[in-house]
Amino acid sequence: MKSGSRWYRFGIQVAAVVLALVFTSIILLIAKAQPLEAYKNILVGSFSSIEAITNVIVVWIPLLLASAGALVTFTAGLWNIGIEGQITLGAISTTLVLRLLQHSDVSPAIIIFLAVLSGFIGGALWAALAGALKTYGGVNEIFGGLGLNFVATAMTIWLIFGPWKRPGIGSMSGTEPFANTLWLPTIPGLRLSWWSLLIGILALVLVYVLLSNTHFGLKLKAVGKNRKAASVFGIPTSNFMMSAFLICGGLAGLAGALQVLAVYHRLIPSISSGYGYLGLMVGMLINYQAIWAAPVAFFFAALNFGSIQLPIVMKLDSSLSGVLQGALVLFVLMMDGVRKRFEKKA
Amino acid sequence: MKVELRSIHKYFGPVHANNNISLTILPGTIQGIVGENGAGKSTLMKILSGFIQADEGEILLDDQVITIHSPSDALKRGIGMLHQDPLDFPPMKVIDNLLIGQEGGLFPNKRKVAADIKKLANQFGFSIDTEAYVEGLTVGERQQLEIIRLLWMGARILILDEPTTGISASQKEKLFETLTRLASEGMIVIFVSHKLEEIETLCHRAAVFRGGLLVGEAIQPYHTDDLVRLMFGKPMELGSRLGCHSEENVVEIHNLEIEDPRLHIRDVDLDVKAGEVIGLAGMEGSGQRLFLRALGGLLATTGRTKLLVKGHDLTHEPYSSYLKTGVAYVPADRMEEGLIPGLTLKEHFILTGDTKKLFIDQEESLHRTKVKISEFNIKGRPDSYVEELSGGNQQRALLALLNEPLSLVLLEHPSRGLDLESTIWLWEKLKERCKTGTAVIFISSDLEQILHYSDRILVFFGGKVSKPMLAAETNVDQLGQLIGGKGFVN
Ligand SMILES: Nc1ncnc2c1ncn2[C@@H]1O[C@H](COP(=O)(O)OP(=O)(O)OP(=O)(O)O)[C@@H](O)[C@H]1O
Ligand SMILES: [Mg+2]
Repeated sequence: MKSGSRWYRFGIQVAAVVLALVFTSIILLIAKAQPLEAYKNILVGSFSSIEAITNVIVVWIPLLLASAGALVTFTAGLWNIGIEGQITLGAISTTLVLRLLQHSDVSPAIIIFLAVLSGFIGGALWAALAGALKTYGGVNEIFGGLGLNFVATAMTIWLIFGPWKRPGIGSMSGTEPFANTLWLPTIPGLRLSWWSLLIGILALVLVYVLLSNTHFGLKLKAVGKNRKAASVFGIPTSNFMMSAFLICGGLAGLAGALQVLAVYHRLIPSISSGYGYLGLMVGMLINYQAIWAAPVAFFFAALNFGSIQLPIVMKLDSSLSGVLQGALVLFVLMMDGVRKRFEKKA
Repeated sequence: MKVELRSIHKYFGPVHANNNISLTILPGTIQGIVGENGAGKSTLMKILSGFIQADEGEILLDDQVITIHSPSDALKRGIGMLHQDPLDFPPMKVIDNLLIGQEGGLFPNKRKVAADIKKLANQFGFSIDTEAYVEGLTVGERQQLEIIRLLWMGARILILDEPTTGISASQKEKLFETLTRLASEGMIVIFVSHKLEEIETLCHRAAVFRGGLLVGEAIQPYHTDDLVRLMFGKPMELGSRLGCHSEENVVEIHNLEIEDPRLHIRDVDLDVKAGEVIGLAGMEGSGQRLFLRALGGLLATTGRTKLLVKGHDLTHEPYSSYLKTGVAYVPADRMEEGLIPGLTLKEHFILTGDTKKLFIDQEESLHRTKVKISEFNIKGRPDSYVEELSGGNQQRALLALLNEPLSLVLLEHPSRGLDLESTIWLWEKLKERCKTGTAVIFISSDLEQILHYSDRILVFFGGKVSKPMLAAETNVDQLGQLIGGKGFVN
């Protein structure tokens, strides 16, 4: 049997998607809801109008950045679960620069540029912390990242209710919104900013080129596959692991910066919105191949945005998209395992 | 138990790794399997032990057709295999490694298992410390551990794929005694090896493989020349020592000192001349590996050590300075330290090429890979993953990855896994390098090889190091005595 063929692999993937849908449908039935109705609502919610589609793209952008970052750390054999916190720190750093400069004479374009840069650096430094814990402190990056995520959330809450609280009283709705001169310009009438989209796509393209065509990318892969041998090859493995963290954190930080500059225009408590975890899921789902990141992230974004309708239309919780996304990852990984077992037999 | 293989076929893409293999092995037999690198030996053994499945053909145990789904399935039927590259779970203790494979109780009786293992190991004269970490064991010790583990799990058919490449002569003697005894108790031993003298002393019968086919069988007493001709289609002759005549020192070692939890090496002084070949002999774990790693910059030295290569003081330098000075290290543990599973041959060659530029020159690297593949006669394609290569071809790849020019090449068991023809060829390659002034220091458990190719020999025993001896004036017996610890002062 020629089991390695492309179609065979494709068929396996399709089967995984079908299984995930079946699984989610069962959950829906248990919750006494009509699965088809729910899926239809998600589709309608995401694609019924230009406005809806652009809103999906608004969700797609941070997800692209998080997935691109996750790919870099995955390649180095690292589970950077701390992307979530890195997004948050990006958002905080961006907010900090905006607050410092908003009443100055500096031109808005330069303030925005500095704010984006600061977001990148903030995310990268937060990742560097997880990286240093891992490379020099021997703390598993999963634990380090998780801990830092908590700290990042706590920090946001503290800022919103403490030093950066709105005049009068702090509120869960976030800090005082910035003047619209400090917003990234959006398409008139829509929430989408060409600038954000450009940054998101550019990031993924750069990561793709980095991983598939550069010596740096190949060395990173070597470190990820066999750290011991990589160091015998003369690759400074600690430096490479740190670089992976820095790049990933920087991209996550950009996502945070864009959330502040183009979407919320202020710092809100849940600014990272779970994009970090979703980015990791995208990475797993595409088996760490950068080329698939864009469509899969788009699909996830559509699920996320589409399911916002569910509570209103069907009185279902919008976390349904999370169930479907989680199920997809689990079933794709499972079917991959099944395929491998099968191929060995053949 | 009797084993019968009938018309076994196995394809890997275009490669016909096993082509219509039929072989019957009776109880109490030690069956030898020989053949050139990539002939399909390991493939057949993996089929028998359930690691892979045949595409066509039948396996019969005691005249019953059986299908073997997995290694644990094979082990349940009493078939156990010792791999060419020991598969185990390095970052854990020996005892835990043993318990993993065990079925039954949620709370295993560690103490009883440890006692059982100790007893079994003692029977065969192996010493196994169940509390040690697998990671810290040498290749030889891991192999012993695997054998004991398989016997303990109830193997009645023991498959050993090139078990002797990493172990010393005395360990080998013990191993052979063990295998002979197991066979006399009615067990079947299948023994894959490239060393014909081993086949001749140990095996009752031998099957010869070539290019996926079983090309012939022989029984005791063997005619070595016939076996060689069956294996390679022509007779073979060992090359000779190059002989070093240079006066220029490439390496100067003063007061070398290495501290290790198990050993303490002290006060070693040695000058190595350009083009010289130095062989390191000794039982596994006597310090020769530590010595070699220290020279390669992979292990820190202590005390008043001074290490110069081509006049550069490398004593406290990082590993990268060693690489820059032209020191290369070829580890024995191919899949753990030497190669990177998951990367292709081409990717390996890119990594060892010039990596200063940002972008990879795909065409240039493809070309370079092809040249190396044909120059080193590697059976594989540029896009083959290294884990798909046969053991001997992995070894060739490892050697092909060495850059030029080099001042010093350090090799652990360089002929490990190579067939006779390739071993001869390997030394021709190394000699070419010697001619250009590269010094070679290598570890081998094969005393013949050490005597044959070295200019000088150092013997290690419990961390002590002998004075350098001229290989031309030494013989196997003298070496054997020293390896066993006789003749070492204090
Ligand atoms: N998983 C695999 N994928 C692709 N090709 C493979 C795989 N395993 C083995 N081969 C190919 O099958 C052939 C036989 O390999 P095998 O490992 O059986 O050789 P061998 O006789 O054990 O050689 P050696 O003496 O070098 O260990 C080789 O050409 C090898 O490249
Ligand atoms: Mg083999």
